[in-house]
Amino acid sequence: MATTKRTVEVELSTSGLDAQGRPQRVPLAVDEGGNVVTMEAPPGIEPDLSGEHMLINLGPQHPATHGVLRLVLELDGETVVRCIPHVGYLHCGFEKIGEYRQYNQIIPWTDREDYLNSPGNNVAFALGAERLFGIEITERCKVLRVIACELSRIISHLVWLGTTCIDIGAFTPFLWAFQQREEVYEMLEMWIGARLTTSLTRVGGMGADIPDGFLEKLSAFVRGFPKVVDEIDRVITRNGIWVGRTVGLGVMSPEEAVNYGLSGPMVRASGVAYDLRKDFPYLDYETYDFEVPVGTNGDVYDRFLVRMEELRQSTRILDQAMKRLPDGPVNVDDHRVILPPKSKATSDMESMIHHFKQVMEGPRPPIGESYVAVESPKGEKGYYMVSDGSSKPVRWRIRPPSFVNLSAIPRMVEGHLLSDVIAINASIDIVMGEIDR
Amino acid sequence: MTEVNNDGSFAPVVAGSALGVDAPAPVTPKNLPHRGGEPNPSVDAMRRQFGAAVRRVDVVWGETTVVIDPARVHDVIRWLHDNPLERYDYLSDITAVEFRDLEQPLELVWHLRSLPYRRFLRVKALIARGAPLEVPTVWDIYKGADWLERECYDMFGIRFIGHPDLRRLLMWEQYAEGFPLRKDFPLRGRFSRSEQLRQALAANPEARYSKDELSIAEAFEDLPADMRRRLTTGERTGE
Amino acid sequence: MGLSPRPESRLVETTSNEPWITTKLDAFVNWGRKNSLWPMPFGTACCAIEFMATAASKYDLARFGMERQAFSPRQADLLICAGRVPFKLAPVLRRIWQQMPQPKWCISMGACASTGGMFDNYAVVQGIDSIIPVDVYVPGCPPRPEGLLYGIMMLQKKVENERSSDKSLRNEMEPDPETQLYIPPSVIDEVSEPFGNSIHQTRSGL
Repeated sequence: MATTKRTVEVELSTSGLDAQGRPQRVPLAVDEGGNVVTMEAPPGIEPDLSGEHMLINLGPQHPATHGVLRLVLELDGETVVRCIPHVGYLHCGFEKIGEYRQYNQIIPWTDREDYLNSPGNNVAFALGAERLFGIEITERCKVLRVIACELSRIISHLVWLGTTCIDIGAFTPFLWAFQQREEVYEMLEMWIGARLTTSLTRVGGMGADIPDGFLEKLSAFVRGFPKVVDEIDRVITRNGIWVGRTVGLGVMSPEEAVNYGLSGPMVRASGVAYDLRKDFPYLDYETYDFEVPVGTNGDVYDRFLVRMEELRQSTRILDQAMKRLPDGPVNVDDHRVILPPKSKATSDMESMIHHFKQVMEGPRPPIGESYVAVESPKGEKGYYMVSDGSSKPVRWRIRPPSFVNLSAIPRMVEGHLLSDVIAINASIDIVMGEIDR
Repeated sequence: MTEVNNDGSFAPVVAGSALGVDAPAPVTPKNLPHRGGEPNPSVDAMRRQFGAAVRRVDVVWGETTVVIDPARVHDVIRWLHDNPLERYDYLSDITAVEFRDLEQPLELVWHLRSLPYRRFLRVKALIARGAPLEVPTVWDIYKGADWLERECYDMFGIRFIGHPDLRRLLMWEQYAEGFPLRKDFPLRGRFSRSEQLRQALAANPEARYSKDELSIAEAFEDLPADMRRRLTTGERTGE
Repeated sequence: MGLSPRPESRLVETTSNEPWITTKLDAFVNWGRKNSLWPMPFGTACCAIEFMATAASKYDLARFGMERQAFSPRQADLLICAGRVPFKLAPVLRRIWQQMPQPKWCISMGACASTGGMFDNYAVVQGIDSIIPVDVYVPGCPPRPEGLLYGIMMLQKKVENERSSDKSLRNEMEPDPETQLYIPPSVIDEVSEPFGNSIHQTRSGL
């Protein structure tokens, strides 16, 4: 048969067979003269495996990695033999830029690192800064901050729930969860003007007091939300597919969980009753009546149950907080940290000077350092601030719960199947913004 | 330990378990003094045990900071972890602080918690300017130190002696500009924006495998015996 | 500048020499394309959450034909870069864009993707338009779902105005071979200076 015009005669410089005698794919390229030449494989891309195991790369762009996480998996068939996570694809220099911003200017930054828990991060930072400044906040501010933290916990767990359901295959709970998030978004927008990245607190108080109608909306939410949780519960908790895909995966024993530094629902699902709200309390959490769910097996299913129960307990705390919200000022009465109201700043000379000084230079804490950790939905979220007396911190360190939780993923994933990797990754509830900062 | 009671019910590991049933419930700290507050009870025990290795103790805003000799870091933290009266079983954080004032040393900070005793302790080691930036690792004590130490290396250039895999974590491995959180590193980096872009685009995203990944086939021997058995007999898990 | 010529952005005059059948065909093809854009959400940070909220029930991207979100670039028309892009992620974004087949468009969602946003530091690309060609920029931090929908509708108008007679539209727009960037380095440096974005008010005229 005559050869077609497409046939190309190429003389390979290699024999075309690898060390084991199997045909080897040789990359080809076309040079300027139109000749086909062999290309050397770039170094480091094709490791010489003994042929049994397959190396695959999951991410960084992948729908199920919850952000830009890259997992390099060595597979024996479908079983994961080794997992090496690569992070840093969302590293944006938060801690560096914190050294160039005043304390109140850092608050918008705290929104964006764990962007699912913006109000909670704002509260955590404000608590740390207030400890550094030595300020005691008002009672109303404390209760409002508890409301913010618990709303934040609810919306974070709703995202976790929606995306985990999608990962494992159920699409509808995602839509239900996001519809509830919209309810909370409306409340936050009413309060502070923003839906997602709220910048809710200021050092010494809050950005704004709650408007009229907020408490009505909140009580309607508190009444309606448990029904949605029950509905989602009915659909998935006893579902055969769900149980089959989550029970027994990614087990961490309690000693391991503590040694790896896991926190939040990860460590509680493993059977360790450790919640910062109970053990190292802040914002008078010891005066609220709530329970902390603790799992027994430490697998993905237990983490799911722990978070579902936390949704209910958060609603309980919100109910109590609403009822005990005292009247009074929301900001501390200290002109060195709190901006005067706009009407006074534009009319009264002294207020104008305070305003000017605070905006241009910023409040200056005494020399010292503080580490305040709160129970974020992901775990122990800590802000470590070191002050040298100037208005910008010398060091602003974010202790990210997802970072430490994710470092245990090789331990959890090795020995399981590839599809289990997705379920286990979803159960850790990671936020790459927090991990990479 | 996770205990299962005689009737088969599950008993969780409870934080504060070493304090006894009469201990007061924890409360939100209020009106903390700037300096001179009540130090953590572990401080006296540390002084007795380590003597001069405990250089200084500060209590700032109610938080106890113990400054120790950098060479003794591993011993001190190992003792804090193992001693049954201290039991600092939880590592919260490892970080470093560099001051703008060039006279001040670089501080390395370990945040430790004792869950059974409900205590929080900050351990610091100061490294003078000009001294080599090296400290022993605590990875063998706390597995959670793995990534925390890698990040410290990436951001500050501090080498943790004994760490199994000390390479960059947040920046890419061939990152040439330096250690970002050092004070002599400018906010916007050392190179111009277009140069930074060029360098970033030149890094082939798939070529950044670590030496671990390239020698993965050899790692089979290092897997635990039961996992090797499961993989060779074809047993499947998680179904 | 070393870049391939940009598509003509002026409106095509109706008194052009194009036969009516071509304009009708264009209208039909563009109608199909704009109402069935399959987005690939290259979601990195907070904007990705607002994108998810836009895709959820209340704002509902499905009514724009974007029901099927393509997570594989090979099956996508529209790359929505939602979130900040650090330098480590830049080659990944470039690789994903190159994997998308023509016709393809790009929306840069949010301040960080458009200009680097509040992250003017060593780690973040100051605008993805130096790495990939962008069609629509949506400002906001994060943009409200209505804002993103407005950007999508603006893109739909752009798609509607494309003409098949303009062959350059479907050419793969390559970066400058020497610098591998879509914007000349001197311009990048000038615009990325502190306050550079406010001195140079618009980037679309580059």
